[in-house]
Amino acid sequence: MNVADYAFYLFAFVTLTSALLVTVSRNPVHSVLWLILAFISTAGLFVLLGAEFVAMLLMIVYVGAVAVLFLFVVMMLDIDFAALRGKMTRYLPIGLAFGVVLLLEFSMALFVWVQADGAVAMRQAVAPDPGQVENTRALGLLIYDKYIYLFQAAGLILLVAMIGAILLTLRHRKDIKRQNVLHQMWRDPAKTMEIKDIKPGQGL
Amino acid sequence: MVGLEHYLTVAAVLFVIGIFGIFLNRKNVIVILMSIELMLLAVNINMVAFSAHLGDLVGQVFTLFVLTVAAAEAAIGLAILVSFFRTRGTIDVEDANVMKG
Repeated sequence: MNVADYAFYLFAFVTLTSALLVTVSRNPVHSVLWLILAFISTAGLFVLLGAEFVAMLLMIVYVGAVAVLFLFVVMMLDIDFAALRGKMTRYLPIGLAFGVVLLLEFSMALFVWVQADGAVAMRQAVAPDPGQVENTRALGLLIYDKYIYLFQAAGLILLVAMIGAILLTLRHRKDIKRQNVLHQMWRDPAKTMEIKDIKPGQGL
Repeated sequence: MVGLEHYLTVAAVLFVIGIFGIFLNRKNVIVILMSIELMLLAVNINMVAFSAHLGDLVGQVFTLFVLTVAAAEAAIGLAILVSFFRTRGTIDVEDANVMKG
């Protein structure tokens, strides 16, 4: 075993342990922090696989945006999490049974695959040779050339998600005072100010 | 030597942990959303592992799209969660029965 293998086992162990702790930890803030650790160690796995760009994207998008969004929502909402966890042990057996069955099904599919005859040639026609071009450049060549429509569709999905999220959470509160800029600009000084001549020794 | 099957095993176990989390936290929508993120992460590991194994970068391209959709899904899900919390004062999934006929 060389250093890369040890690194793989370290990252895999940290990923799976922190993923398990996401699901079982009592405090949702801890769940989010374990989720961040799972994302970071998965990024390590991606670096070991030679996919540096996806690894950096995972760090920026997931750790920097999604996990912080989760953290923000968990801390912003005043939720009684203890009440939500009441029946956790009730669902533990069925969850475990479901997981074991699914894992068995996955293990049946492992190692059992065949490739079509022309598959290798078809792949090489699409993707640049990873040995010749570095990862980020090769991905850019693919995204901006062959998959440009899918790339634009991804941007559209993000736009729709942004508009939807703003629309869902924006509320116009009516019970507070706001500044009305136009109303302020249209005020006429002649009508708003009144000079009164007050005699000495008298009040208004 | 670490090969493709090691990564596939990690991805499979991660996916099962995600499903287990959905079963375990049936009432807490936030943890359910986090479990869905874990499952999408497992799919991403699968695709990147096959992409590296076969020397085919298209797997990584699709990982980017899965990442995009996962980010959009998290944003929309949390926005729905916030507006649901404002109207009902709880995030219990079993209280989401306003539209029940």
